Amino acid sequence: MSTTADTRDAKGHAATSSVLGQFMAELLSGRIRIVDLTETLAPEFPTIVLPPEFGQAWPFRIEEISRYDERGPAWYWNNFSCSEHTGTHFDAPAHWISGKDQPDNTVDTIPVEAFIAEACVIDCSAQSRQNPDFLLTIDFVRQWEAEHGRIPPRSWVFMRTDWSRRGKPNDYLNMADDGAHSPGPDAQVVPWLIKERDVHGFGTESVGTDAGQAQHLDPPYPCHYFMHGNNRYGLQCMANLDQLPPKGAVIFSAPLKIRSGSGSPLRVLALVPTTQA
Amino acid sequence: MTQPLAKPPRKNPVARTRQPTLPPGARSRRALGLAAAAAAGRFELQVCGDCGAVQYPPREVCHQCLSENLAWKPVDPMGRLLAVTTLHHSNDLYFRERLPWRVGTVRMRAGPSVVAHVHGDCQEGQDVRLALKLDRSGQAVLIALPEKATPHMEDDKTLRETSCDPKFRRALVTDGKTAVGLAVIQALLDAGATAVFAGDPETWKRNAAFDALCQDPRVQPQALNVTDTDSVERVSRSIGGKVDILVNTADYEREGGILHNRDLIKARDALDVNCVGLMRLARHFGPAMAGRAADGVNSAAAWVNTLSVYAHANLPARGIWSASQAAALSMSQCLRSEFRPSGVRVVNVFSGPIDHEWEQLTPPPRVAPAAIANAIVRALKDGTEDVYVGDVAQEVLARLRDNPKALERELGS
Repeated sequence: MSTTADTRDAKGHAATSSVLGQFMAELLSGRIRIVDLTETLAPEFPTIVLPPEFGQAWPFRIEEISRYDERGPAWYWNNFSCSEHTGTHFDAPAHWISGKDQPDNTVDTIPVEAFIAEACVIDCSAQSRQNPDFLLTIDFVRQWEAEHGRIPPRSWVFMRTDWSRRGKPNDYLNMADDGAHSPGPDAQVVPWLIKERDVHGFGTESVGTDAGQAQHLDPPYPCHYFMHGNNRYGLQCMANLDQLPPKGAVIFSAPLKIRSGSGSPLRVLALVPTTQA
Repeated sequence: MTQPLAKPPRKNPVARTRQPTLPPGARSRRALGLAAAAAAGRFELQVCGDCGAVQYPPREVCHQCLSENLAWKPVDPMGRLLAVTTLHHSNDLYFRERLPWRVGTVRMRAGPSVVAHVHGDCQEGQDVRLALKLDRSGQAVLIALPEKATPHMEDDKTLRETSCDPKFRRALVTDGKTAVGLAVIQALLDAGATAVFAGDPETWKRNAAFDALCQDPRVQPQALNVTDTDSVERVSRSIGGKVDILVNTADYEREGGILHNRDLIKARDALDVNCVGLMRLARHFGPAMAGRAADGVNSAAAWVNTLSVYAHANLPARGIWSASQAAALSMSQCLRSEFRPSGVRVVNVFSGPIDHEWEQLTPPPRVAPAAIANAIVRALKDGTEDVYVGDVAQEVLARLRDNPKALERELGS
C-alpha cells in the first residue's frame, strides 16, 4: 500500500488504497470518532491566579461589534480578549525560563509536526477525587505501563483527573488560604518521562500542567521547568479525557500562530478508534 | 409630627409603573450658584462685597447698591415662617402628582424674604431653618425645616423629594469584597435598606468578612465582575428592576506612573475596571433605574461613584490610576447629565488615600473605609451630589481651587 499517492477513482473519491483515503473512510463510517477536548471560552472560565501585585493573565472577555443592528445591520461579530494562557491552551517552551533558549520554542516557530501526536491517558480520577493534592509519581506510571504497555516515544502523557467536571470557577480553582489545591505531576516523574520515555509533552484538565501547590515542589512548577527546559509542550484546561482510551488516541493541537507567542488558546481534538470497529 | 414612612408593600406586578416627572428646571447661569452650594451641602447666598447686603433671588448686581461685586458666601439659614399656603391644584405635572403641597414665605435673619417649600412640621410664625436642596431636576430649592429636629422628619415628603434615603430601598454594591464595599454594605443595612445585593467579582477568593455579611438575610451575593459584560448583563437581568441605589465600589488601584513603567496591562486593567466598568454598569442597570425613578417609596433614586480626589489632579506616583479616576469622573459627569431627565441622582464621593491594602505604604492620614461608607449614606440622606471625605481630599480640593498649577507641582514633588 502506498502512503504517499493520492489516487482517486473516476468520481473523484479518494481511493481506499491511500492511507489518507482509508483514514477518511474510517472517519466517515464512524469507526474513528472525534472527541473535543476543549473547554468553551467564556468570561467565567477561570484563569490561573497569581498574587495580585503581579501582572495577571487576562480572562476571556468578549464585546459585540454588531449584531444585525445600528452598529452593523447585516452582520454579527465580536471582539474578544484573553491571555495566551486562557481557556484550553497550549504551552510553548518559551513560556518558562528554562525553555527560553531552546530552538523553535514559540508557537509560531514550533514545527507543525508537533501538533499531531498520539496520547497516553493515565487515569488518576479516583485518586484526585480522594485527594485534590494528588501527585502523579513514577511508580504510578509504572503500574499504568504494567497494564497498558510502555509509553511510546513522542507521545503526549495526559493526566486524567475529571477536574474539568468540577464547578467553575470555585471548585475548579479550589482556593484555600494557602493557595490552589489541584492535582499534577511530582518533581521526579517529569524528568523521568522525558529521559526514560521521551514524551512529547504533558497535558492536564486543571488550570495548569502543574499541581495547585507546585510552588512548594523542588524545583517549583516541575512540569513547566523540565518539560519546557527540554523543548517539550504542555496542554491544560482540557475536558473529556474520560472519553479517550488509555492508548491509541491521536491528538490534533495546533496553537494560533502568534509571533513569539508563549502559548495560545486552541481547539484540541482527539481521534479515537471506536470500540465496535 | 411627621408620619413615619411605612415599608412599601410588594409591588403589584400588573400595575403600570409611574413614569418620572420633574419639577421646573430652568435656571439662569447666575442662579446655578445655588445648585453649586446645594450639591455640596452648603447654605450659601450672594453677599455684596461693597455694602454687605445678602441677595435673593440670585442677581447680577446688588439690589441695594448696584455693585457687581457679589460673592457666594455661607449665610445664616435661620428665619421666621411668615405665611404658609397649601396648594391643592397645580398645572405642573410634577406637583399635580404630589398635591397637596406646602409653600411659604420666610423672612431670613440675613435679610431677604424667600418663598420656600415648607416641611410638614413647620408652623406659621415659628422660627425655621432654611436648607438648600437639589430637587429631582437637579436644581436648588429652598426648604423651610423645623428649627430643631423632629421625629422622623426625614420622612416628610418635601424632604423625600430631595433626598435618596436608603431607608426601605434596595441597593447594589458592585464590589462587596473591597474594604470600602464591605463597609458600604454594612452602612446601607444600618440605614434601613431592605436588601443589599453584594457584587462578588472573584467568587473563588475566600473572604471571611464578606461571608459573614452574607449571613444577613438582607444581603444577597451576586457573581458580578465589572470587566465581564456577560456577568453585568446577567445580574442586571436578574435584579436590575430592584436596584434603587447603585454604589460602584469596584476599583483597581496600583502604583506607578507612565515614563518608567512598562506595565501597559495594569493601565488597561485600571481603565477597564474604573472607567469602562462604569459604562458597563450604566448600560445595563441605568435604563431600568431611570424608568423606575418615580416608583413609589422605593423608587430608583441614586447612583454613587466612589472616586479618588486624584481624579481632579494627577498623583504621579499613582499616575495611571489617577488617570483612570479622572476618566471615571468625566464619565460620571456624562452619566449625571444623562440621568437628569429621570431624576436619578449621580453622587460622586471623593476620598484621599484609603486605609486598605493598596495604600499600605502611604503615610497617614488615610481614610477609614467606614468613613467613606458613612459619607455615602449621609450624602444619600442629605441629597448632595459631591462629597469629599477626609483631610487629604479636603486639602487637595482647597489647593486645587486656590492654585491648580501649584497643586500640579506639589503632587509631583
